Amino acid sequence: MNSPTSHFVPPRRMGVYDPIHQISMWEENFRSNVSLSASTLLIDDAEIKFDNQSEYASHGIPGTSKQYDQEANRLADKIQRRLAQNREAARKSRLRKKAYVQQLESCRVKLMQLEQEVDHAKQQGLHIGGTGLGSNSLGFAASLNSGITNFEMEYGRWLEERNRHTLALRNALSSHMGDVELGELVDGTMNHYFKLFGMKSAAAKADAFYVMSGMWKSSAERFFFWIGGFRPSEILKILVPRIETMTEQQRSDISNLGKSCQQAEDALSQGMDKLQQMVSESVAAGQLEEQTNTPNMSTAMERLAALVSFVNQETLLQMSRILTKRQAARWLLALGEYFQRLQALSSFWANRPPKPAECLIP
Amino acid sequence: MEKVTRLASEKGVVIFTKSSCCLCYAVNILFQELGVNPTIHEIDKDNEGRDMEKALTRLGCTAPVPAVFIGGKLVGSTNEVMSLHLSGSLIPLLKPYSATLS
Repeated sequence: MNSPTSHFVPPRRMGVYDPIHQISMWEENFRSNVSLSASTLLIDDAEIKFDNQSEYASHGIPGTSKQYDQEANRLADKIQRRLAQNREAARKSRLRKKAYVQQLESCRVKLMQLEQEVDHAKQQGLHIGGTGLGSNSLGFAASLNSGITNFEMEYGRWLEERNRHTLALRNALSSHMGDVELGELVDGTMNHYFKLFGMKSAAAKADAFYVMSGMWKSSAERFFFWIGGFRPSEILKILVPRIETMTEQQRSDISNLGKSCQQAEDALSQGMDKLQQMVSESVAAGQLEEQTNTPNMSTAMERLAALVSFVNQETLLQMSRILTKRQAARWLLALGEYFQRLQALSSFWANRPPKPAECLIP
Repeated sequence: MEKVTRLASEKGVVIFTKSSCCLCYAVNILFQELGVNPTIHEIDKDNEGRDMEKALTRLGCTAPVPAVFIGGKLVGSTNEVMSLHLSGSLIPLLKPYSATLS
């Protein structure tokens, strides 16, 4: 639960953002807590001496063994109390460390995203303002399309939330959370995905080309891109083998769902081909300015993008109906981890040192 | 309206489309893949196209195209068709009208 997922963090990057310095700050914090306990120790010692003196005063000349016993008991109590305080301090320290690591992880994801955006902008020679990176089709300075900049900001927040859900799922499964609570977590995660579909549909109204080309995604994710998202059938194929015990009925249902997905995807791909053909013909014929063409085209793209989101949503829904809550939790965890790894891969490749020029011709 | 209902009941699987609509094209492709040959009516090529469009909207098809009718009853547009297919309910509806499915 506390250990980060298998992300690849190039060592070169660590120094720049100084998490080591931050970790040593945390260590100092811990040490100061320990020394706090140590000073309590001194106070306790003083108390013991004081108590012993008062014992002497009230009982006159004490019998040696009885006095020794009382002293020993009081000393034992003091020791017990000190041990308890130390345990408490250590526990609090561990909790603080855990919270700090979680914060680090979410900051790191955000950082990778920002790095990708900067790299992307550099490649395109765009000016990076405070308004994000929506670029119009003619490649000029960053557009002020507020629908797209809104989407990009929202997507950043959406990613953080998705990572929190993934972490929560991992914790829930390893701590053997009860079915009802797990079911609520699963429902929450699914609703979060549905929210993204809604966001994309709204963004398509602002700039359909943007959504269709997946500009907000990391480079490795774009490698698998299909009409504004992932192929649902691919996700089923990748992730289903990870779910252990399934009944025959479930396997058969999932196989049918996969087949239906494939058929729907083929139909939509051909629809997309037709749309591309129409757009290309319009552009070639110089018909962009005509009133009749442009609204139809952008409406068609919006509708296609919305339909793809809808298909993704329906696939998720069907999966959740076929699987038990626990199986769904494992599947959603695998899904979250898969995308996190793709993003980490993108970041790693984007930050590799350049290779020396290789001579291919001997 | 009558034209729409008449055409819709003439054949088992009827789709009202517009010639430039890529979603209509996609739905047609899907049905072909499932072994069905739907009857297509391009309402933008029809004289009464605008009335037919209004009729379809009144029947509940907001898009208004593609409008899919199976066995004379309105199934819906792309969302409804996709939803039915992914839940496994489309093929049973199409069985009576397909050579390959039955």
